[in-house]
Amino acid sequence: MLHRIAVAPKIPDARAGNYLRHLQSVFPSSGLRAAFVVQAYTVSAKLSEEELKLVAEALTNPLTEHFSLDTVPAPSSYTHVIEIGYLPGVTDNVGHTARETIEDKTDRAFKAGEAVYSSFYIFLDGDIDGAEAERMASEIHNPLIERAHIYPRGAELPIIAPRVELHGSIAAETVDLQMSDEELERIGLEGISGSNGVPRGPLALSLKQMKVIRKYFEKEGRSPTDIELEALAQTWSEHCKHTIFSDPLDEIKEGIYRRYIKGATAKIREQQTENRKQKTDDFCVSVFKDNSGAIRFDDEYLVTHKVETHNAPSALDPFGGSVTAIGGVNRDCLGFGLGAKPIANTYGFCVGEPNDERVLYRDPPSPKASEGQGKERKHPMLSPRRILEGVVKGINVGGNQSGIPTPLGFVAVDDSFRGKPLVFGGTVGLIPRKSPAGSRGRPRKLYEKRAKVGDYIIMLGGRVGLDGIHGATFSSESLSKGSPATAVQIGDPITQKKFADALIREARDQGLYNSITDNGAGGLSGSVGEMARESGGCEVDIKKVPLKYPGLAPWQIWISESQERMTLAVPKSKWPAFKKICERHGVEATRIGNFTRSGRCVVRYDRKKVMDVKLDFLHEGRPIEKRKSKKPGSSGQRTVYGKRGAADAGRLQADVLKLLARPNVGSISFISQQYDHEVQGTSVTKPLHGKGRVNADAGVMRPVHGSHKGIVLSHGYCPWYSQIDTYAMAAAAIDTAVRNAVCAGASLDPKEGGLAILDNFCWSSSEKPERLYELKQAAKACYDTAVRYGTPFISGKDSMHNDFKGFDADGKPVHIAALPTLLISAIGVIHDVAQAMTIDLKRAGDALYLVGETRDEMGASEYLAMLRVAGGEVPAVDTKKNAKAYRALAKAIRSGLVASAASVGRGGLAVALARGCIAGQMGASVDVSKIPGSAKQAESILFSESQGRVLVSVREGNEKGFERLCKGLHFARIGQAGGENLSIKLPDQRLELSIPALSDSYNSYFKNW
Amino acid sequence: MTTSYKLQTTSSGKSKPHVLIFSGYGLNTEDETKTAFEIAGASADIIHINDVISRPSLLKKAQIAVVPGGFSYGDDTGGGKAYGNKLKQHLGDALKAFLERDTLMAGICNGFQILTSADILPGALIANDSARYSCRWVDIEVQNDSPWLKDMTRFSVPIAHGEGKFYAPPELLKELWDSRAVALRYVRGETSEYFELPYNPNGSLEDIAGVSAHGGRVLGLMPHPERAVSFTQLPHWTALRESYLRAGLDIPHEGPGLQIFKNAVNYFTA
Repeated sequence: MLHRIAVAPKIPDARAGNYLRHLQSVFPSSGLRAAFVVQAYTVSAKLSEEELKLVAEALTNPLTEHFSLDTVPAPSSYTHVIEIGYLPGVTDNVGHTARETIEDKTDRAFKAGEAVYSSFYIFLDGDIDGAEAERMASEIHNPLIERAHIYPRGAELPIIAPRVELHGSIAAETVDLQMSDEELERIGLEGISGSNGVPRGPLALSLKQMKVIRKYFEKEGRSPTDIELEALAQTWSEHCKHTIFSDPLDEIKEGIYRRYIKGATAKIREQQTENRKQKTDDFCVSVFKDNSGAIRFDDEYLVTHKVETHNAPSALDPFGGSVTAIGGVNRDCLGFGLGAKPIANTYGFCVGEPNDERVLYRDPPSPKASEGQGKERKHPMLSPRRILEGVVKGINVGGNQSGIPTPLGFVAVDDSFRGKPLVFGGTVGLIPRKSPAGSRGRPRKLYEKRAKVGDYIIMLGGRVGLDGIHGATFSSESLSKGSPATAVQIGDPITQKKFADALIREARDQGLYNSITDNGAGGLSGSVGEMARESGGCEVDIKKVPLKYPGLAPWQIWISESQERMTLAVPKSKWPAFKKICERHGVEATRIGNFTRSGRCVVRYDRKKVMDVKLDFLHEGRPIEKRKSKKPGSSGQRTVYGKRGAADAGRLQADVLKLLARPNVGSISFISQQYDHEVQGTSVTKPLHGKGRVNADAGVMRPVHGSHKGIVLSHGYCPWYSQIDTYAMAAAAIDTAVRNAVCAGASLDPKEGGLAILDNFCWSSSEKPERLYELKQAAKACYDTAVRYGTPFISGKDSMHNDFKGFDADGKPVHIAALPTLLISAIGVIHDVAQAMTIDLKRAGDALYLVGETRDEMGASEYLAMLRVAGGEVPAVDTKKNAKAYRALAKAIRSGLVASAASVGRGGLAVALARGCIAGQMGASVDVSKIPGSAKQAESILFSESQGRVLVSVREGNEKGFERLCKGLHFARIGQAGGENLSIKLPDQRLELSIPALSDSYNSYFKNW
Repeated sequence: MTTSYKLQTTSSGKSKPHVLIFSGYGLNTEDETKTAFEIAGASADIIHINDVISRPSLLKKAQIAVVPGGFSYGDDTGGGKAYGNKLKQHLGDALKAFLERDTLMAGICNGFQILTSADILPGALIANDSARYSCRWVDIEVQNDSPWLKDMTRFSVPIAHGEGKFYAPPELLKELWDSRAVALRYVRGETSEYFELPYNPNGSLEDIAGVSAHGGRVLGLMPHPERAVSFTQLPHWTALRESYLRAGLDIPHEGPGLQIFKNAVNYFTA
């Protein structure tokens, strides 16, 4: 029985107003005059008329809304109405909440097959035709996850229930691998053939891997089942095993991950322990072995951090992709040890130029296009603007609804991110070292875990559907027309928040489970398969797994990446208590099997065994690939860029303003303001600094009430430098993250808290030896730089195939490879948050100092990018000098000498000066004609991006003290804060920039977002 | 520079009041709310709504009940609607009995939305005029003599919401003013001037930021005073620090929102 409850506003409605403004701005020449939005709940359940009315009342705010059970209330005037709802099977949070309200109101649980589906009707009024209405519908929905139906005025609006109906076989099938190499390779590439002969989707297994699998099953004396092949593909995927980082590369037998990343941490910990003869300087507690990395906070707590990417899905469904990015990394926090509490989210969006309207397609033009037919291609890519809008909204929903503050993030723009954006999401956690002692026995370490033989395997949280199938193998592939639509998931932050409460507030400290991990890439196959290593085996009956809708085959249940799920090892004796907590919190927990010590991963569907693979083979059976790298030929970019005409003051002033108006430099306050950074009450420095609200490069928080210790979070990224040298790119990313953290009050000295870092590599075309060479160089830079700074890596992740292969508007094939990108996220501990520092100039008269050398390093700078000039020297990092400077600066801040500190980064000294002035809404007058370093021309002084530099304002009267601390460093007193303008004296010019002009430029790019 | 952040519990002859803070289904500011009450000298428990439903007697032990901020049910069918329905359906009588005693109750942010949906507070909270979630500081002026707001006139606090625009039809609005139920208004003040931001952050009718009922004992407000209990939570504290240090003074510890929690405690102890 289908009912539609339509709820319409009786007062002006901001949501409708927002659609109207948005559509008018995207279609400025349309005659659209008004929009009216009606929310609808399509209820597919048996309800009496009386119940329906009660329910409708519960879903309506009587002061502002009214409902109708017969029709969809329409405004008096409109020309078209569009209904937008989800496609079958897509997570529908609104429908889900409406269902809970109905169940609560009628005191009756829904039966299998009953559901509520949400949708909304948007009535458009004005002089628009059907074609325009269609374009508008395309603008406000995403056909990969949503359906849009357009009706002219007066048409009847049918009631639509997007039920999932699956008709495929739900038995596990045997796959005979006795076939030619060619066929075997095809299965590896395109997937197992479904019953209709169409491949199910990529396994991303190479011929070599397929042969190893065939050999294994020959020894077992049988053919594999489809679920076994899918599980092996998932477990061995680049996404899960990080094959490129793990396997031998050239002379590096142990792989670059072990040598350069883990190696750096090992070296630093060894030095810290050696030097002091005691372990107090080694602040790493749990690194590289769990879902997040953890360092010491104090004697009672640890802080954890993890950063993930979710790139390929975000290209297709930016909103769902980024909700999933942040929800997924939240689970990496909840899945650290026995569960850390998420206390901060971070984000990073690398996208194409948002104003770029060029269209890309995943599919080629139809062969008949030339005959005037089929010109319409089915798979256009979303524009960079829509991708950015979507990913911004995703973290808004994912982060805000979870009650986790988002103190820090960035947007980076480059043409190379136009095909596949990079979407970073990070989560910081807080976890006590030990559980409280209680009647339940001795306290236990909360940062260690181990599933024991006999423990129940419990799946917690959401249900399983087709969402996200082949996500793990999908991200190991570049984006092309074959990319599966089911790779898209949408998060449900509230389901996750509910189980997070059940775990962190209650079950964890009561010792009710022995191990926990999240269901991310590879779903149950990934989580159960991984935890089974702790006990030595597992036996699962996946028929017990609760499903969103019937009809899933065993392999689909096993590898589905439906979100909001954790897997736990719960001892038999604790299961009743655990289940009870979950019920009270409204969280579904299901026993799906046992951990064993059989050495095998056994999966049954009902009684029938559908998977039985040796754990060793599952995890270690993957053939090692020896890769060779090759130094790229000279790109010819190292030429010095051509000198332009004499730089007169007028032009330079204009250049500074233009630079501030670029999206890589300008304000992203529209994002900072819509992400809750105050929740949990831990905020110390805000994402926007100073009166003039300039985006910060670091954030300080106070995570434990009652302690004045703080944590400092910062980021560093310089993908543009990869155009010239990936070693320099990686070194600069680390230097930037460290510098940003130090400017906020962090210290490299472990005694003062220390600083740790995380690496996220996003590479492209990683099958090419040249790209591998660049990767090796970047990894080497990671080792060299981190060891020098004493900043250990504690966790990391890589995403190696950020390529787009498709077609442009003319049907020409295009390949867009994202710039090799390394995001470094730093996390440090400080003793007193009252010493935290911000970038805004504070008082007229304060002396301004520039610490560090300014060299002629303009290569790949924002300035040259603005001028569209290639070449030049890319900034090189002098770790020795910089480390000294950072130590001195940290000491000066701790000693209370400093009033502001700003890292000199993208855009160079001119931008750093401008940011300090805009933030403080205060001028400054500086003479930078004779600053330390080789830069002598006005342009390189202003715009070179030499690393290791900090702009400091010193509280009046503390100049001598500051200079004493800086002894032996390259530094200069360049002027003082105050005045109407930012006034800059150069060798042959003087620039005068007014604060309003600087502020306007800085805030211009995303002004109307 | 020395600072101390030790939790201070005030002690007086009378026993300190007990606070019941609701949780569950996506509420998320219960921890900082508990901390604020503890700093002010109360004892506080965070209790899942389902536990209160199964043991309504928990309310009998409390002098203060708070529905804190958050995102109950994801605001999916409208901010506070689903949780408000649940509260009304299962705890309507228990809360009525609770309020018949000389108790205090507050709904903060999502809690305010919930209490209006549960018909405990008047009015409605609808989408911000910007149709977007907004996190920033605002300045508030006290309008009535709710015991929660004793000795307070103006203060600054953060907001973080997408549906915080206060709405009431004209006749109800007049009634609210007439009955002195309007408790808090957004005004031009310290932080909105400092950052040059519009003082009314969401288009609330007549700049209303909070209302009260039951003679002021029940307060609903969109801003988050529990996130403004220490000095280092202020949005411009690093600039204010300069004034203190240059004047040779220590920087303060407390933030402007703490007084609300102290008032609640004093209501029972003073």
